[in-house]
Amino acid sequence: MIYVAFFAGAIGAVGGAVAVIALRNPFYSVLALVVHLVSLAGLFLLLYAQFVAAAQVVVYAGAVMVLYVFVAAYVGAVEEPIWEPIPGQRFLAPLLGLALFVELSIAILGTGLSALDTEGPTVELGFGSPAQIGELLLERFLVVFEAASMLLLVAAVGAVVLAARRAAPPAPSPPGSPDSRGS
Amino acid sequence: MDVTWYIVLSALLFAIGAGGVLIRRSPLVILLCLELMLNAGNLALVAFSRAHGNAEGQVFALIVMVVAACEVVVGLGLIVAMFRRRLPLDVDEMRGLRG
Repeated sequence: MIYVAFFAGAIGAVGGAVAVIALRNPFYSVLALVVHLVSLAGLFLLLYAQFVAAAQVVVYAGAVMVLYVFVAAYVGAVEEPIWEPIPGQRFLAPLLGLALFVELSIAILGTGLSALDTEGPTVELGFGSPAQIGELLLERFLVVFEAASMLLLVAAVGAVVLAARRAAPPAPSPPGSPDSRGS
Repeated sequence: MDVTWYIVLSALLFAIGAGGVLIRRSPLVILLCLELMLNAGNLALVAFSRAHGNAEGQVFALIVMVVAACEVVVGLGLIVAMFRRRLPLDVDEMRGLRG
C-alpha cells in the first residue's frame, strides 16, 4: 500500500516537473507546477511531515501559485523564439541535467550513511504535528523564525517598489493592451 | 519504504529543475524551475528528517518555503517591471550587464 502511494506521488511529481519545462505556454507550466506541488505534499505525508504537507498545499499550491497565475495571465503567452543564441543548447542542457542526476545518484547510493537504507526509526505519536513544529520554531529556532518574518517583510516591500507604476514611463501606452510589449 | 527512494527522487527532481533552467529562456519559466529545485531540496530535507527521527529538518523545510516565497515575490515583481518597460521577456536578450 505504501509503495502504491509512494509511486503515485513520485509519478505525479516527476510528471509535473517534466511538464513544467516541456510545455511551451508559461500558463500551463504554472498549472503543471501545481500538480507537482500537490504530489510532493502527498510524499511529505508519507514521511510523517503532516504540517509541512499542509503548509505546502495551503501556502505553496494555494497562495504562491495564484501569484504565478496572475503574473502569467498579465504577461500573456510569450512564445520563445525558435533560434538558439547558444548553439546546441537544446541538446546540451538535458545532457547536463542527466549528468547531474547520475552524479547525485552515485553519491546517494554509494553513501556511508547507513540510516538511509532503512525506513527510519519508529517515531512517536505527534511527530511532525503542528504542536511539535511550533514548539521547535518558537523555542529552538526563534531567531530563524524572526529572520524569516523580516525577510518576508523586505520581500513584500521590494515587490511593491519593483512593480509600482512609474510616474513617467517612456512612451506611455494603455497597460494590458496586447501590443504594449515591444519585440 | 527506504529513505533512499525519496532522496533519489529528490535528486531526479533537482536535475529536472536544473535542466529546465538551462534549456528555457522565459524568465517566468526559469523562476518555476527554481521552484522545482527548491522543492527537491525540501523533499530531501524532510526525508532526512524522517531518517533521523528528528523534526528539525521539517522546520528547515518550512524556512526554505519562506525563502522560496520571497524569491517568487521579488522575481515576479522584476518580471512585471520588465513587462511594463516593454523589455523583451527573454533572458538571452537581457545582456546589458554582460560587458
